[in-house]
Amino acid sequence: MLNKRRVLTLLVPFIIFIIGAIFLATPLLKGSDPSKLDSALIGQAVPEFTLQDIYDADKQYDASIFKGQKMLLNVWATWCPTCYAEHTYLNKLAKQGLYIVGMNYKDDRKKAIRWLKDLNDPYKISLFDKSGMLGMDLGVYGAPETFFIDSNGIIQYRHVGDLNDKVWNDKLLAIYEDMQ
Amino acid sequence: MLPEIGQFSLILACILSLLQTVYPLYGVHTGHQGAIRSAKIFTILQFVAVATSFVILSYSFLINDFTIGYIATNSNSALPWYYRLSAVWGAHEGSLLLWVFLLSTWSIAVALMSKRLPIESVARVLAVLGLLAFGFYLFVILTSNPFDRTLPYFPIDGRDLNPLLQDFGLVIHPPMLYMGYVGFSVAFAFAIAALLEGRLDSAWAKWSRPWTMAAWMFLTVGIALGSWWAYYELGWGGWWFWDPVENASFMPWLAGTALIHSLAVSEKRGVFKSWTVLLALSAFSLSLLGTFLVRSGVLVSVHAFASDPTRGLFILGFLVLVIGGSLLLYAIQASKVKSRGRYQLVSRESVLLINNILLIAALIVVLLGTLLPLVHKEIGLGSISIGEPFFNRMFTILIVPFALFVGVGSLFRWKRQQLNDLKKPLTMILILSALSTVIFLFTFAPSLTWLAVMGTFLGFWIIVGVIYEIYLRSTHRHRFSKGVMKLGNSHWAMSFGHFGLAVMIIGITMTQNYSIEKDVKLAVGEHIAFEHYDFHFDQVKPHNGQNYTATMGVFTVKKDQQAIAVMEAEKRIYTVQRMPMTEAAINAGFTRDLYIAMGEQLPDGAWAVRIYYKPFIRWIWLGPLLMAFGGLLMLCDRRYRSKKDNIENSENSENKPAPVGGSDA
Amino acid sequence: MIQLNKVNKLLPLLLAACMILFSHTSQAAIDTFEFENAQQEKTFHELTKLLRCPKCQNQNIADSNAELAKDLRNKTYELVKQGQSKDQVVDYMVARFGNFVRYDPPVTPATIFLWLGPLLFIIFGLLVLIRQIKKQPAKANNLDDQEQQKLQQLLKQHAKDTKS
Repeated sequence: MLNKRRVLTLLVPFIIFIIGAIFLATPLLKGSDPSKLDSALIGQAVPEFTLQDIYDADKQYDASIFKGQKMLLNVWATWCPTCYAEHTYLNKLAKQGLYIVGMNYKDDRKKAIRWLKDLNDPYKISLFDKSGMLGMDLGVYGAPETFFIDSNGIIQYRHVGDLNDKVWNDKLLAIYEDMQ
Repeated sequence: MLPEIGQFSLILACILSLLQTVYPLYGVHTGHQGAIRSAKIFTILQFVAVATSFVILSYSFLINDFTIGYIATNSNSALPWYYRLSAVWGAHEGSLLLWVFLLSTWSIAVALMSKRLPIESVARVLAVLGLLAFGFYLFVILTSNPFDRTLPYFPIDGRDLNPLLQDFGLVIHPPMLYMGYVGFSVAFAFAIAALLEGRLDSAWAKWSRPWTMAAWMFLTVGIALGSWWAYYELGWGGWWFWDPVENASFMPWLAGTALIHSLAVSEKRGVFKSWTVLLALSAFSLSLLGTFLVRSGVLVSVHAFASDPTRGLFILGFLVLVIGGSLLLYAIQASKVKSRGRYQLVSRESVLLINNILLIAALIVVLLGTLLPLVHKEIGLGSISIGEPFFNRMFTILIVPFALFVGVGSLFRWKRQQLNDLKKPLTMILILSALSTVIFLFTFAPSLTWLAVMGTFLGFWIIVGVIYEIYLRSTHRHRFSKGVMKLGNSHWAMSFGHFGLAVMIIGITMTQNYSIEKDVKLAVGEHIAFEHYDFHFDQVKPHNGQNYTATMGVFTVKKDQQAIAVMEAEKRIYTVQRMPMTEAAINAGFTRDLYIAMGEQLPDGAWAVRIYYKPFIRWIWLGPLLMAFGGLLMLCDRRYRSKKDNIENSENSENKPAPVGGSDA
Repeated sequence: MIQLNKVNKLLPLLLAACMILFSHTSQAAIDTFEFENAQQEKTFHELTKLLRCPKCQNQNIADSNAELAKDLRNKTYELVKQGQSKDQVVDYMVARFGNFVRYDPPVTPATIFLWLGPLLFIIFGLLVLIRQIKKQPAKANNLDDQEQQKLQQLLKQHAKDTKS
């Protein structure tokens, strides 16, 4: 004989389990990577900084270069193999007219300049962050990363990993176009 | 040729496990005796098949057969033979083969050692075990086949076993741990069998108990080994990180500890039956959850196997079927169970249930702490981390009521305990433990902190409680020396189990409060002194091994001016993977460990050296060993021996009036 | 049989390259910082255990050898030396890397379950215990179904025996 009320009480573990299972299934079905982090700076302006130009040590830039138009900030380094893989795509985006600022992160100046010479320089401005201080202020945790910055200098999105056709068309293009 | 036989054997085992499930259940349903008896035969055959697979894989590792992809990825011809064998379970596919092999081992043990049980019950249990095995075989064959060949191209040498795993720890930790994980499947199977039969009397609890205890023992030892291994291997002197994979092993242990106590009550008093069944289902479910967490890639962990969403989904599907199915069955069948015993609010039953509640509360802490980051991210609130600070704080809070009850719980009588009768024992224990705490801290602690006082007091509260209870039980009817001889093994099991917990609590307290860590710059010839010890950096010399090159730093240690040890710390580079590794030098002692790890050489020629002083850290693993020994004693209790002893024992059980402290655990 | 020596040489290189990007070496990362007082040293050690390395496979910045962990340790040392408190340093890191970087989760409506969950369970468990005790029948029903059946059989047998 089934005591309905008792059965319902005893069904609680089952229900809790099913809810848990759904939460476990979702990231698997979405294919999400638990080690990818959202930027803590979304909605905030690019932090203040003073960095040298990569070619000319006497030239310096500060956060004002991010105002005036929407742009991408690409964090890269010569020791990063994925950056090598994404470079052709950056060239393609630059040819399409996108304004891209490059930030060389914790790298050797000579190596970086040679890299840009050999592979083409898609960057309108190239920052040289040897110590990684702007990187740390931006919350960079692994090259390559690309920040989407609007015309007011506000960070709207941060993409971790390389830029390629698929991720650009599936997701990032929409974000870029929505930006002011 | 051999790997193909291994693979075929695996498929054979898979088919046999399916037969092991279906045919006996059909037999039970229709009363066909032959079908019922076939359970045992299929179990034995399945064991032979999977054992063959396992042996073939092990042999292939031994002879360096790099045509097998799994071996090429995880071994190397320069690897010493004992690590070549341990590498069998060094990565995903092989460890799953170990899992399924051990499942078969437990199944055959149940088949061969259940002569006193009704044959239908055994058939049901074996059928459930067969179903579990079937799921795992499918998983291995379809997604994680260890026998996949790399032909027609294959490497002339393997990629070598991860240097971190090239250690004695790999030889013993996974097998022990898996024996525990997998062993809970027996308790699970007994619970399902009882639910299927619709019968949850104390007989079920009695049969289930030794199997559950054995599994719990292995898990206790397995976790302790893992902690010890991490301590000496990783070079940061830590012994527990609350990493998701560590938590995945700790959760079944918490459920299992609650289960062994709840089973005792269900067997003796016939109460808590639905709760005990739920615990039995949970313990193994948590083992399965652990398997999922480690292999699916949903959580970030240093321990995780190479992850793959497809595998994750497969395991999750299996989880939903097994756990979901069992919980549904539970809801329907357990609602029909009536408990027949009675007990008051102040009684041993209550105390055991309260500590059960605390254990499960701790389980919830670990479960939520491990899974909330995932949920938090899924619902779009961003990434968070939950680690040591959180878990340590919660456990520090929970251990207080828990330890207090453990210390005196065995003084409570079954059914009803008059609080007045406990006044004298409680006062005695309070005074003695306070005294012991004071003496202990005065001797060993350089300063006092609140946490140290509390932790030490709780530890001694339990120790004094255990000793006092032994004294009371022994002197109830005889002189002490005679009475103590008459205490059964299961009573000693309880005493050792609780005593082990106390030892561990004291070890954790002392290490957490009084460890000293010094990161210093030392040039050869310099020395550093603290806490009565002087460490002198003698020399640096090369010291190479079979598959690595190393630089060794040699230190002479003096205590109060007397030289007591020479410690050698290495910095190794493993040749194949080019991975640098620290082999810390440890001078182990009963009351303290000295620990030296070599860092990098600095530009001026001096070396970065880390020196630890870790008081009572060995107690953290001694405790679990004592607990496991208690478990072993329980298994050796007379009631599980010959039939004659069994009859004698049942005459001595609950029917006689219980003295203070009640009948034994 | 094609011998892929080239592949074998590349493999360790590739592995090393991956390790720079996804470093997980669990090596003792030993820096030799010097502190002005014991309190600063204590705060530093607590912080390096509390802060998580954002790109490692679950390690705090004290235990990781990753380049980023090293940078964070240096930054932590710098801030502690300036006299900043533990909370201030944590806030600094969280402002840049988000809550992921602290192992001690903030108390928010979403995370409150971490503390509420076990507490509610304990309260619930105790209530159930008390209710179970109250619900017990006045007269002890000491036999379960199996034993009840046996009792009936014995009584029947006894009745038969006394009759004959």
